[in-house]
Amino acid sequence: MSEQVEHLIKKEYAAGFHTTIDSETLPPGLNEDVIRFISAKKNEPEWLLEWRLKAYQAWLEMTEPEWAHVKYEDIDFQAVSYYSAPKSMDEKPKSLDEVDPELLRTYEKLGIPLHEQAALAGVAMDVVFDSVSVVTTFREKLFEVGVIFCSISEAVHKYPELVKKYIGSVVPQRDNYYAALNSAVFSDGSFVYIPKGVRCPMELSTYFRINEQNTGQFERTLIIADEGSHVSYLEGCTAPMRDENQLHAAVVELIALDNAEIKYSTVQNWYPGNEEGKGGIYNFVTKRGVCHTNAKISWTQVETGSAVTWKYPSCILRGDNSVGEFYSVALTNNYQQADTGTKMIHIGKNTRSTIISKGISAGKSSNAYRGLVRINPGAEGARNYTQCDSLLIGDKCGAHTFPYIESKNPSAVIEHEATTSKVSEDQMFLCQQRGLDAEKAVSMIVNGFCREVFKELPMEFAVEAGKLLEVSLEGSVG
Amino acid sequence: MLRITDLFARVEEKEILKGLNLTVKPGEVHAIMGPNGAGKSTLGNVLSGREGYEVTGGSVDFNGKNLFDLEIEERAREGLFLAFQYPVEIPGVSNMEFLKASVDAKRKHHGQAELSAVEFMKMAREASKRVSLDQAFLKRGVNEGFSGGEKKRNEIMQMMLLEPSLCILDETDSGLDIDALQVVANGVNAMRSAERSFIVVTHYQRLLDYIVPDYVHVLANGRIVKTGGKELALELEEKGYAWLENEAV
Repeated sequence: MSEQVEHLIKKEYAAGFHTTIDSETLPPGLNEDVIRFISAKKNEPEWLLEWRLKAYQAWLEMTEPEWAHVKYEDIDFQAVSYYSAPKSMDEKPKSLDEVDPELLRTYEKLGIPLHEQAALAGVAMDVVFDSVSVVTTFREKLFEVGVIFCSISEAVHKYPELVKKYIGSVVPQRDNYYAALNSAVFSDGSFVYIPKGVRCPMELSTYFRINEQNTGQFERTLIIADEGSHVSYLEGCTAPMRDENQLHAAVVELIALDNAEIKYSTVQNWYPGNEEGKGGIYNFVTKRGVCHTNAKISWTQVETGSAVTWKYPSCILRGDNSVGEFYSVALTNNYQQADTGTKMIHIGKNTRSTIISKGISAGKSSNAYRGLVRINPGAEGARNYTQCDSLLIGDKCGAHTFPYIESKNPSAVIEHEATTSKVSEDQMFLCQQRGLDAEKAVSMIVNGFCREVFKELPMEFAVEAGKLLEVSLEGSVG
Repeated sequence: MLRITDLFARVEEKEILKGLNLTVKPGEVHAIMGPNGAGKSTLGNVLSGREGYEVTGGSVDFNGKNLFDLEIEERAREGLFLAFQYPVEIPGVSNMEFLKASVDAKRKHHGQAELSAVEFMKMAREASKRVSLDQAFLKRGVNEGFSGGEKKRNEIMQMMLLEPSLCILDETDSGLDIDALQVVANGVNAMRSAERSFIVVTHYQRLLDYIVPDYVHVLANGRIVKTGGKELALELEEKGYAWLENEAV
């Protein structure tokens, strides 16, 4: 079967085209002037520039983390351009009619129509192209119920108190190497505020696209769910196929105040590099949320892209009875490497967390789950359930699990289950004997393996995720 | 339907089938009996094309086609069905989804349109009733957490939905209690028709009380060493296989 499997994982990366557009791109390199340039470009208040510079100073003193189970050539941070924006975006378009048609065509090609009448029903979208937000749809409709959904650059001007209060409150500037870098140079991203008691009437979504060569994307997302509110947020990403590696270092901060609920779903499909492992995105992301009393944060991620993924969406369960969830499918193929997982920090009493991680390795890839469950002394009655399953396709890939458990309260109940399995010859034979071809058989078996996670995704995304998995697996069976 | 001529096959360098001949005509039920290690299960695996079973000689004609020219899934779509001795679990893939994909793959192969979800659901419910499987099993993962008997009934249900022309039952009776055996046998009997043939591989005569064969063959040392009517099974039950194995050498 291994020959069969090998042949199955070879499909073209459909989002791999480049848009020819006149862009203003900073020459590569990073220094204080670059940060001042970005800040000035966005006409930022003084406090934010200082905040950035502080982050930059911290970053200079830090070293790249080396503990992850991934290997890649040293990144030359002076060879990356830290700002690139289509020239047509100099003046932010007031409506879609003012947006460069070339940009609109890019998103149409990606299957994301931006005109509201053509857009997915019930999904509002913020669209980030390289370093800037192009457009945010359905803003008026959301504004009627008090929901704020805009780019973070805009929020800095319109809602400075909220931004100032919460930015860096969950992921401080010096949290880690990439978070510090992001804090210094972040260019755009999404901002969401859901007022007290409001259930956001539609799914909110951000679509990230890296286009320019040698450009890094450093977006920052800040979501604040005020007391008793509810929001579901989706994130998708793609990039052109290039031989050089490109850097993506994002920060996402979630704040769920008392009795609020945030559901954050990601379908990550950055360019993974080619069959020989050339090119692809380095995806170094810090995502974290804080839950106040009775609040809930649920992370769901489907990670199929990127050459290297380093990502641990986490929950700080600060308030009593708060709930954190992490559902993850990470698929690696060819020479992709992923080191991903979560941290659940139990601080409040009776806090609960659930971790379901499904790692699928094919080709010559390496896939690691890394998770921390920490129960602080005051977290009476805390509970955690962790389930980590790895599925191997073929015999040249690797799966690793690094679970860390620190319990400082004897009343805590922590369960950890882990399995590793292979797509078995018997399963393949059963499927084929019933008339399914090898590709269909593998994708069906893998989809079944991921079911527990897919059912957490919003409907439209679940279908997408299933298809994406099928594409990403192509060529894995022969 | 099926004509096996002088078939030789091996598994991991070991010759298992050594010049097997068998002809099955439409509508016939053939029972294959024999001692352990005679090659009974190998026959089903070779015919369905399982990897690791290497054909080293002979030919098999299946409905006018050279069986060995066809891939595993093509043989299935052409109407060859193997009911497994130990059906494997596929966690997370619902029985319904699996069966619909199978039936649609076959329909597509024969130039028919895929079934709508509603049409298929109706068929599947009907079939589950006929093998006394609760409809809840349609939603569960393929064989996931099924008991031995439920797995076998699930196999028969798949057979009903796929409507194969040649059904090979590989020791379907193993591990079944008498009630489950009856359900399985009833399912098979209900599917008997002038166009459909069965090869029933079994160790014990018991199953043949319920599925009455037209022919009974004894497979020993990789060949059919004796052929008779249904009464041969009774004779074997009484005398064992030893007296025939000598003939096979």
